[in-house]
Amino acid sequence: MTDTQTSGAAPPAPDAAPGPRPRAGRVLRYLGGRLLTAAVSLAAVMVTSFFLFRILPGDPVAAMTEGREVSVEQMEALRREFGLDQPLWQQFLDYCARMLRFDLGVSYEFHRPVAELVAERIGPTVLLAGTGTLIAAALGLVLGTRAAWRRGSAGDRISSSVALLLWSVPSFWLGLLLIVLLASGTGWLPGLFPTGGMVSPGTTGALDTAVDVAHHMVLPVATMVAVVYAQYLMIMRSSVLDEMGADYLTTARAKGLRDDLVLRRHAVPNALLPTVTLIFLNLGRVFGGVILIETVFAWPGLGSLFYSGLKVPDLPLVQALFVIFAGAVIIMNLLADLVYPLLDPRVRT
Amino acid sequence: MSTVIPPTAPAPGADGAPGAPRARRRTATRLLAGAASLGLAGALLPAGAAAAEAEQDTMTVAISQPVDSLSPFLAQRLISTSIHKMVYEGLVGYDPETNEPHPMLAESWEPSEDGLTWTYTLREGMKWSDGEPITADDAAWTFTTMMEDSDAATANGNYVENFEKAEAVDERTLEVTLKEPQATMLSMDVPILPEHVWAEAGDYGDFHNEEFPVVGSGPFTITGHEPNQSVTIEANPEYYDGAPEFEKVVFRYFSDQDAQVEALRKGEVSLVSGLTPAQADSLEGQEGITVNKASGKRFQAFTVNPGAETQDGEEFGDGHPALEDKTLRQAIMMAIDKQELVDTAYGGYAEPAEGYIPSRYPDYYWEPEGDDRLPFDPDAANAMLDEAGYEEGEDGVRESPDGDRLELRMHTHNDRPDYVAMAPIIVERLADIGIEVENKEVDPGVLSDALHSGEYDLIWTGWSVNPDPDYVLGIHTCDALPEEPGTMRGDAYFCNEEYDELYAEQLAAYDDPEGRAEIIKRMQAVLYDEAVVDVLTYADTLEAYRSDQIASMQPQPDPGGNLWGQDGHWSFSSAVPAEGGSGGTGPSGGVIAGIAAAVVLVVGGAVFLLVRRRSATADDRE
Repeated sequence: MTDTQTSGAAPPAPDAAPGPRPRAGRVLRYLGGRLLTAAVSLAAVMVTSFFLFRILPGDPVAAMTEGREVSVEQMEALRREFGLDQPLWQQFLDYCARMLRFDLGVSYEFHRPVAELVAERIGPTVLLAGTGTLIAAALGLVLGTRAAWRRGSAGDRISSSVALLLWSVPSFWLGLLLIVLLASGTGWLPGLFPTGGMVSPGTTGALDTAVDVAHHMVLPVATMVAVVYAQYLMIMRSSVLDEMGADYLTTARAKGLRDDLVLRRHAVPNALLPTVTLIFLNLGRVFGGVILIETVFAWPGLGSLFYSGLKVPDLPLVQALFVIFAGAVIIMNLLADLVYPLLDPRVRT
Repeated sequence: MSTVIPPTAPAPGADGAPGAPRARRRTATRLLAGAASLGLAGALLPAGAAAAEAEQDTMTVAISQPVDSLSPFLAQRLISTSIHKMVYEGLVGYDPETNEPHPMLAESWEPSEDGLTWTYTLREGMKWSDGEPITADDAAWTFTTMMEDSDAATANGNYVENFEKAEAVDERTLEVTLKEPQATMLSMDVPILPEHVWAEAGDYGDFHNEEFPVVGSGPFTITGHEPNQSVTIEANPEYYDGAPEFEKVVFRYFSDQDAQVEALRKGEVSLVSGLTPAQADSLEGQEGITVNKASGKRFQAFTVNPGAETQDGEEFGDGHPALEDKTLRQAIMMAIDKQELVDTAYGGYAEPAEGYIPSRYPDYYWEPEGDDRLPFDPDAANAMLDEAGYEEGEDGVRESPDGDRLELRMHTHNDRPDYVAMAPIIVERLADIGIEVENKEVDPGVLSDALHSGEYDLIWTGWSVNPDPDYVLGIHTCDALPEEPGTMRGDAYFCNEEYDELYAEQLAAYDDPEGRAEIIKRMQAVLYDEAVVDVLTYADTLEAYRSDQIASMQPQPDPGGNLWGQDGHWSFSSAVPAEGGSGGTGPSGGVIAGIAAAVVLVVGGAVFLLVRRRSATADDRE
């Protein structure tokens, strides 16, 4: 699809020789501008992250040792270890220096480098949220297109209302409902899926593990898809509707194209743009995970790590995660900006 | 989210177009394919679940948080220290039935005349799980390392702060020399570690003990850890008291309590703890499930700000000035109906409380008698306040003799359902005696900041009391006041000379357990009379287990005790598997079910693609 459009929109041949240079310049300027914006945003996020979590009430050392029989000396030692006895500006300078070296610090609670904790958890998160996002996007695109094409029909009304209904359902509640229905089983219905976790303890072997993970993924992914696919559906629906008034569709029909082809070859490619932006934005958020779903299904991802870190607050952990989450969105936005010109010739000019 | 329908959009010609029915048919085909794969799932998965012939000797325990570290030097979370109790023994533990000191690695112990030297004699012929002998050197090494290396002192350093030295006299004799006598030498919760493994470990701040199987001395050894998911321990054949009957225990992490309960219903887990009264009620009487209602280790209380001050007497914070008056504090205590709290907030699963130490520990449990008692009696409380010059204003709220209106703030943890349920009742009861209370449900962090800055009037608290109550008594000594405004060890700004003298006395009463218990009861009487710490309830510990997987477990104390979170490994080392029961869903069943799930996904995807492909070629032919 992209190829056809690119070739179709290529500038007319005459000035082929002098042409490339100004165009290359334009592309470079475009690229440079976007990269600069992204870098500035990232720096702002880093600074914000430090101060944002210092504003949080509560003393990390007091929270960590709550209910434990610790002495004042132990608490002092922890404070020294964490650098919390230093003045704020000193802590900030240390933080900046570390961040510039890509050193995310050491978690208070786990006594392990944050980078290690993130590495451990990022896989599960991307697997769950990524799969969920892709399925939801695909489902939303297909259903949204159909709904728009037959706008006002019973099918459109049902599909849109079901999507909106699910969109307004709290994800943790839907998750619990699915657990009750499909995991623990009720009455004649046996429990089909595990209640939570990612792998059954004791599973070995690559194939067995993959299969076991897939089995554990069904309910959380289903919950996520059910709750989020509405946004793709609604956006796709409205942008297809926008295109439906366009002259080129009338032309296409006048050519005698079958209605289905008019839709697939002409309306959908043009209507895809807003949805692509949305998909990229959400892919950025994939790293933040889906906190509530991860919590209900005990999925060992970044979202639940962030949540548990916030309660302490485990400052190095939440600071680093915040930068990672925001950074992922910034980078995905950048990618969307870069991919856009390929998809839409109008941006290139 | 709104739907945009452009008013100018032409009516879709689709309906009349020749392609429409076809497209509709294709959608139908795809839906059918989807339904077929779901049906397939339904057909295959139950078969898989039924085939889940799990190993009989595995117990699966639902836990509410992942472990922070497997190193006993670092681990602070309750889950981690509970698992360590199965894997490493200390010198002396607590009897499963009576909570009295009980021989663990040490079979006997003896303090010197002056109480400064303690001699522990280890059992004969004990071995670590790797077959190496357990000697007094291991114990001496553990204590010495905690004294010398601040990383090693992170979790349990408090126990060795008063140590002068710890040395091995011979293979089986350990001698600990103290700087001052202390009564807690039999209640040290310190896991003894194998020197031959740990001496070479390097930086203890960064060593997490993840070499499996972990070398330990207890009835189990750790054999696996899936970070953030599960910890597996297996029976230790070298254990001096014989290997436990359950060969394997898996601790599985579920962050959601309701999901834990569902997993228990299904039989995926064998034991669930920390149930709410509603959950316990819903599990009661279910086939194959036994609900265990145990007397709790925790007390729930609120403290009254008696005027926050530092150790040097510098006052700070903004507590209501009238609360410095003991009469007012006692009137507050008398206005509250504790039985009402038990019934309303706990559905009866609690005990109304008076003394500071829960009734679970009969040796130290204290109840006020006669004139010392401050019973629930709003009329008497009102009369006391009238007499002390607290006059009622027009709106029914009293004013202190100094003219301060009695309006108080109450800080309540918003993450504790029981406190949240009790707080409004207390607001109502205090209104009955002319005190206006504003209930502030706040984040624990906000609450902790309010406490440490002294900016509160009433604030919730609660402690889990260990069989030796030294620590929870210590937090109300004057020493526990902050050196300067900020964080402190205590939680009430309580400081009382008589209490401090009694505290020192009980600490030195290392050779007279009964005399020490008497002193501890007198301390509680002082605390009660000052009415700064209003102990309200002792909530029950509610647990449930699959009786078709576990035939029996040793509660602590016995009878009426809990199974999870014991002071020791008793429930797990004594657990007997049920005849013919299945212990949690083993991997074999999960794998079959999982294969089915994967097949469904693949088949579904393939069908989808095929349908698409075929329609595409059809279009092209046209």
